[in-house]
Amino acid sequence: MRVWKYGDDINTDMLFPGKYTYTCSTVEEIKPHLLEDLDTEFASNVQKGDFIFAGKNFGCGSSREQPALGLKAVGIRAVVAESFSRIFFRASINQGLLLIESPEAVRSYSAGDEVDVDPVEGKIYVGDKTFSFPKLPPEMLEIIEAGGLLAYTKKKLETRKN
Amino acid sequence: MGMTFAEKVLAVKSGNKEVVPGQIVTVKPDHLLTHDNTSAIIGKISDELDKYGVVRDDLSIIVLDHVVPAASEKNAAGHKKIRSFVKEHHLKNFFDVGEGICHQIVYEKGFAKPGSIVLGSDSHTCSYGAVGAFASGIDRTEAASIMLTGETWLKVPPTIKITLKGSLKYPASAKDLILTIIGTISADGAGYKAVEFHGDVSSLSMDERFTIANMGVEMGAKVTVFPVDETAKEFFSSNNISFSQNDAVWADPDAEYERELTFNLDEIKPVVAAPHTVDNLKSIKDVEGTPIDQCFIGTCTNGRLSDIKIAASILKGKKISPDTRLLILPASRKILREAMAKGYIDTLIEAGALLLPPGCGPCLGAHQGALAPGEKCLSTANRNFKGRMGCKEAEIFLASPATVAVSAIYGKITDPGKEAE
Repeated sequence: MRVWKYGDDINTDMLFPGKYTYTCSTVEEIKPHLLEDLDTEFASNVQKGDFIFAGKNFGCGSSREQPALGLKAVGIRAVVAESFSRIFFRASINQGLLLIESPEAVRSYSAGDEVDVDPVEGKIYVGDKTFSFPKLPPEMLEIIEAGGLLAYTKKKLETRKN
Repeated sequence: MGMTFAEKVLAVKSGNKEVVPGQIVTVKPDHLLTHDNTSAIIGKISDELDKYGVVRDDLSIIVLDHVVPAASEKNAAGHKKIRSFVKEHHLKNFFDVGEGICHQIVYEKGFAKPGSIVLGSDSHTCSYGAVGAFASGIDRTEAASIMLTGETWLKVPPTIKITLKGSLKYPASAKDLILTIIGTISADGAGYKAVEFHGDVSSLSMDERFTIANMGVEMGAKVTVFPVDETAKEFFSSNNISFSQNDAVWADPDAEYERELTFNLDEIKPVVAAPHTVDNLKSIKDVEGTPIDQCFIGTCTNGRLSDIKIAASILKGKKISPDTRLLILPASRKILREAMAKGYIDTLIEAGALLLPPGCGPCLGAHQGALAPGEKCLSTANRNFKGRMGCKEAEIFLASPATVAVSAIYGKITDPGKEAE
């Protein structure tokens, strides 16, 4: 488990450069360019189970969903930030990527701390400290539990048809 | 208790008598905007489209604008796929390359109406608050879902009330006002919130309101909205756009706001957003003299007729500096034709500008006008993020059309007041 730590206002151009937006849409196309203009180490070294810790307004900027899609695909366990921008927040729910808004957890983290999360209980463990985060409203949990918005929508259409 | 604009629209559209901030409601948007990303969107749901079709043939507005004309085989294949999809599903609102930037098309063709909900897979969808619409950006996956079901959830936002006093004094512009507002409240100052503009709104033209609403997302806003006044009604009638006065909802006088701010328009001065965030607000004096390699006037923020007119009036009979280049990008075919008829385009080309086709162009770095490492661009666009124009070692400064036009003459950031004197 590794924690990738970044600052405030990490925008969608840093998470996935605009110049690839209309040529890379699939997960395999997206992965090599993740965080390319922010951290050249990320795409080649990220592993399943890693965390991203960041400051306020994470994901601001475009409606670009490649960041959420890509971070979910490479196995980021959760993005923990002081706050998230709203389009990125929606995109992450729609992809089933776990976002944790916890300024306390972010501020408490220091290099080398072990991090773990219990999404059901709404707890995040940073070093020897535990922080609670609010659970998502039922409408959003339903989407995540279905495996993302498209799976949720497909199920709904199927039910309507029958 | 009175209700805000956002509360009223979401109550009506969700069939509730009233709603409160934080409440989650299900709504059926009046329109769904998608652009070049339509090919990726329909790629996610090809089986479902075959099985169920689209929910409404007039729901989607599809505009090809982000990489137009196609810059590569891959872009061209995406556009081709979209054209086939439109034909196959008999979609009513499709605009092919050359019509203009999606946000300008939605506004110009009257798809965004007062009190309507427009969601779009582009963050600057918030622009249509200029005409009193509840308009907001969503991601591609959600757009795919809405194409199939026609509905989605929205959380009722709390609202910030911004009261404007007085009127803008040239060379200060709407761009300087919104950059000042964003610099004041920060890039997430309106995060998840609605922003309503009150006060002396009538002093602002529709073009100016569009510029302001367009940049709402740069302060995190969910929607940014203006009241429908006489100026807005004049815009509807002169563009043959029908609308019902009953739909033009506005906040009650006793609505509850999370925060209230006042800006005195008479005091707004030309400003610049320095690299690499939109809230990195600087006065012209702070950055004056910075050499500029590329000047860029256009985009959905400042590519309208009044913007091009200002640039032409400043550059008439002048030449741009040999140390810089100037790109002009009208926001739509309609604007391009009007600017040509009025001679603005000829004036700008005579001064040394390069004309780009209506579309997103250099704004997102996917093609046209990319920057080299170490270069600086002064742009009328809405974002100056690192890497935005194709190169992470380039710098982007944001300013008004007047500031960019004057700066093009000198090849460095220049106070537009210098020309006004």
